[in-house]
Amino acid sequence: MKDLLDARNVIVALVIAGLLSLPLYTSITGNIFMLTLFTRIVIFALAAASLNLIMGYGGMMSFGHAAYLGIGGYAVGILAAEGIGSGFIQWPVALAASALFALVVGALSLRTRGVYFIMITLAFAQMAYYIASGLARYGGDDGLTIYKRSTFGGLINLSSRVQFYYLCLACLFGGIYLIWRIVNSRFGMVVQGLRSNEQRMQAIGFPASRYRLVCFVIAGTMCGLAGALLANNTDFVSPAAMYWTRSGDLMVMVILGGMGSLFGPMIGAIVYLLLEEFLSQVTEYWALIMGPLLLLIVLFGHGGIFGLLGRLRRG
Amino acid sequence: MADPLLRVENLVRRFGGIVATDHVSLDVARGELHAVIGPNGAGKTTLISQLTGQLLPHSGTIRLAGQDITRVPAYRRSALGLARSFQITSLLLDFTAIDNVALAAQAHDGHSFYFWSNARKERHLRQTALAALDRVGLRHRADVLVSKLSHGEQRELELAVALATKPQLLLLDEPMAGLGATEAARMVKLLQELRREVTIVLVEHDMDAVFALADRITVLVYGRVIASGAPAAIRQNEEVRRAYLGDQHAVTRHG
Repeated sequence: MKDLLDARNVIVALVIAGLLSLPLYTSITGNIFMLTLFTRIVIFALAAASLNLIMGYGGMMSFGHAAYLGIGGYAVGILAAEGIGSGFIQWPVALAASALFALVVGALSLRTRGVYFIMITLAFAQMAYYIASGLARYGGDDGLTIYKRSTFGGLINLSSRVQFYYLCLACLFGGIYLIWRIVNSRFGMVVQGLRSNEQRMQAIGFPASRYRLVCFVIAGTMCGLAGALLANNTDFVSPAAMYWTRSGDLMVMVILGGMGSLFGPMIGAIVYLLLEEFLSQVTEYWALIMGPLLLLIVLFGHGGIFGLLGRLRRG
Repeated sequence: MADPLLRVENLVRRFGGIVATDHVSLDVARGELHAVIGPNGAGKTTLISQLTGQLLPHSGTIRLAGQDITRVPAYRRSALGLARSFQITSLLLDFTAIDNVALAAQAHDGHSFYFWSNARKERHLRQTALAALDRVGLRHRADVLVSKLSHGEQRELELAVALATKPQLLLLDEPMAGLGATEAARMVKLLQELRREVTIVLVEHDMDAVFALADRITVLVYGRVIASGAPAAIRQNEEVRRAYLGDQHAVTRHG
């Protein structure tokens, strides 16, 4: 049972406890800012976790994952602008649109490997970015303000900061739980096997592309949910949500936290966004500090923060 | 031979100007162990790759149990009962030995679009995998990461993975490659047992092993079949001796 006391498990348990009790802290101290910040962090953690499913477990280095943040967000924003405010319609549409986009991108890009795959996923995301910029009716370049958050018929009130925070947290934990089930299932074994050795997997009888494609669609859909949450969080969606630097941010979160580890992306998102928040308060050249810091963790912490923690125990 | 399990007819594969497989025809009867030998660069691995579907031939046909599989993709050939081991060990290095074998069993247990229950807890997959590991003497190493196994153990694991797909025909591409004397002897013993259960096409450099195991031998030189027959006949064949055995034996003696 000593595995339970692994540094990683202790940290994860502490972080989860911290996330769960954060609204308590803010209600005592009245520090609303922390709640707003962490709502954003939790949403990005969900997006990073979904990217980890294809990148860490599936070995598919998608450089266009932020596209789903935008697609999920625009689904909510556009429907809201057209007078459809119900989350029961908005959110399924957000998920379906993300899934469809992932299906198309995946079907075309998964024929390629390595750098080509990275480039094609990037190209598709940039295409989505320019299409959104061209949507004059929905704000174009300037983005689209959402005047009313999704409604769920009295079930939950997204305008309540605490309720919305817990909804995001539930989506994050639900997403991580789903990923945990998936990676240990038959399907997950196949996807990870393909990452490890595609030739071998083909030789024992697995058609590689269809398993990869389904995995790609699952991850895209999950990130679409993060997009719907993000749009509600900021009451705004703009093409910038899909810009390639945003996809890069998500990759950094995953790599920073630990690719292919269940909770790594969550830790990565927390560390990355907290650093960004506080370093940018200290200096406007915060990226100059962030860059080398990331470099150190990637160079010496093989397997990200999670890898580092894992080695702590062995000394 | 009434109905061969594997029938290869006039197979041709070129790489640029080089004809790596030059009108190769070959019959493998059910239950036999058929060895394919030839000097380096004779096109043995190219031939195996066409049989498994990694490479497509430019012309000719491959039939498995009467069915034309010349253009059937690699993964589907596996479902038809064709399994291979690789000349250069090809396993999932970051998986445990048993996970490697269990995946092979899973591949032949319907589709794998199951997203919820834990595959490692599915008893019949684990049992099939353990049985295959047992078959090659690796049961006690089941939970070891493949990257931590010795080279010899990895070669044996390749066999276990192939066996777990319950093949009709096993294509072994130099299973002795890189093995020490004791490990090679163990492998020969293992193959001697396996041949009773499954038809085997064996590509091998180790002449002692080939002559100890094979029912029939096909000799490949520069992509062409120069002789095919029982081991005794091959040993007597003048052309084979000139083209291949003479050199090889000289080398082995001094090595």
